[in-house]
Amino acid sequence: MSTKTPSKLEKILDSGALAVTSECGPPRGSDPAAITRKAEMIKDYVDAINITDNQTSVTRLCSLAACIHLKQMGLEPVLQMVVRDRNRIAVQSDILGAASFDIYNMLCLSGDHQQFGDNPQGQNVFDLDSMQLLQTVRRMRDEGKFLGGDDIQRPPRMLVGAAANPFADPFEIRVPRLAKKIAAGAEFIQTQCIYNLEKFEEWMKLARDRGLHEKVHILAGVTPFKSAGMAKYMKNRVPGMDVPDDVVKRMSGVPKENQPQEGIDICVETITRLQECEGVRGFHIMAIEWEEKVPEIVERSGLYPRPQV
Amino acid sequence: MIVAEKKPIEEIIDMVKDHEKLLVVGCNECVTVCEAGGKKEVGVLASALRMYFMNQGKKVDIDEITLERQCDHEYLEELRARIDQYDAVISLACGVGVQFMAETYFNTPVYPGVNTCFMGVTEERGVWSERCQGCGQCILGRTAGICPISRCAKRLLNGPCGGSAKGKCEISKDLDCAWQLIIDRLQELDRLDDYEEIAPIKDWSTERAGGPRTVVREDVRQ
Repeated sequence: MSTKTPSKLEKILDSGALAVTSECGPPRGSDPAAITRKAEMIKDYVDAINITDNQTSVTRLCSLAACIHLKQMGLEPVLQMVVRDRNRIAVQSDILGAASFDIYNMLCLSGDHQQFGDNPQGQNVFDLDSMQLLQTVRRMRDEGKFLGGDDIQRPPRMLVGAAANPFADPFEIRVPRLAKKIAAGAEFIQTQCIYNLEKFEEWMKLARDRGLHEKVHILAGVTPFKSAGMAKYMKNRVPGMDVPDDVVKRMSGVPKENQPQEGIDICVETITRLQECEGVRGFHIMAIEWEEKVPEIVERSGLYPRPQV
Repeated sequence: MIVAEKKPIEEIIDMVKDHEKLLVVGCNECVTVCEAGGKKEVGVLASALRMYFMNQGKKVDIDEITLERQCDHEYLEELRARIDQYDAVISLACGVGVQFMAETYFNTPVYPGVNTCFMGVTEERGVWSERCQGCGQCILGRTAGICPISRCAKRLLNGPCGGSAKGKCEISKDLDCAWQLIIDRLQELDRLDDYEEIAPIKDWSTERAGGPRTVVREDVRQ
């Protein structure tokens, strides 16, 4: 893994330091302050900021525009792109659009089914899948070619990432699936939120057994619970989420007013423990509508100050 | 087969309420098997319409017939001699049959009596489920005989997505995750290594995306 792009995230990962990323969800409106305000809160504590792409299929300000706002603040955005809403023409066009603003990181995703969002009656696209999106970006970057074969003037220069969910079923293909994403071109991985540490560590071990941790930078995903209710909701209602009973019990076991702090504590403990897990190259902190807590999580996890590159 | 569902009677009444002489035409193929548009359903619909119009005090003549198929000229021609007796036809065939009826009898209004749903199988009596979307380039040889295009909600060629849980799809706990089924069968066939081959970007031009499709076989054409 040698540096191929101007990405700050890539430089930090290649330096061997643990990387820290976070994410901001764009607003359900057009006020840029909704993004810049969140970014201000976390900018000194993270290396790059993901901007989600109509997450849970709820219509929001577009990821690309939000990334441009971050770029204009001098920050390092990670453009999330789902294949649910774009065919291969739109995919390639949006990648070029991002490249024209020198956006250097991209996360390739399938996207939640539209049934979960505000337009369940809409059509979905899925012209490509997330694996093929990875291949598309890599081809555009490395070969300077469109999918159709024509040359790209000034190809994109993006570090290409993918998501991995160690907790989804079937478990036996979770590591093969990671291998497949690496083969498709993923250079970094941001995982699903980790609450079941044993299962995550087992997945990492299986990944290490195949040497995958040396082929891709794995950032462990964490999300602090704000309340016991949120823990129960994530356990029971969010697809592909694995929240063990003892975690829910721990959240429920403290008075309501102390639950936010308990959630932060669990998050910090998770990061601290996983810093010892071989192959974990950083952390992706998804503090959903709770960005103001990112600095505390980063500081208490011993990941502050961030390296300057 | 093509699987269809009966349209609600209110919707059919709304379409045909201004006509006075109706022919309800069933189809003896797929829609008979899925119990949406065969002889039995023709009888049920015709009786329900007669009762409705009688209660409304309106005289409407309703005849019934069920053809062997509505997707072949040969069988549609059986109506040629009598079609002019009717103001309109309610076809209980799939959308294919309804359209071929309309093409064949250009001056006669034709209304659909069923909603055409998908190409699928009879899992058990009363339960039909989708198996094929007619993409025009079959990949079942690579996916252990289970089609992710018709059976994965995101038609992922390199699935499963992160929403697969306990064998079920993220959109419904009643829906099997196609990729779980594929992986189970690859394992059974001792071919799990095949999973790591990346399915290439698909050419969707043989599917709906490429426009209406035609198959021409010169060797059998007359």
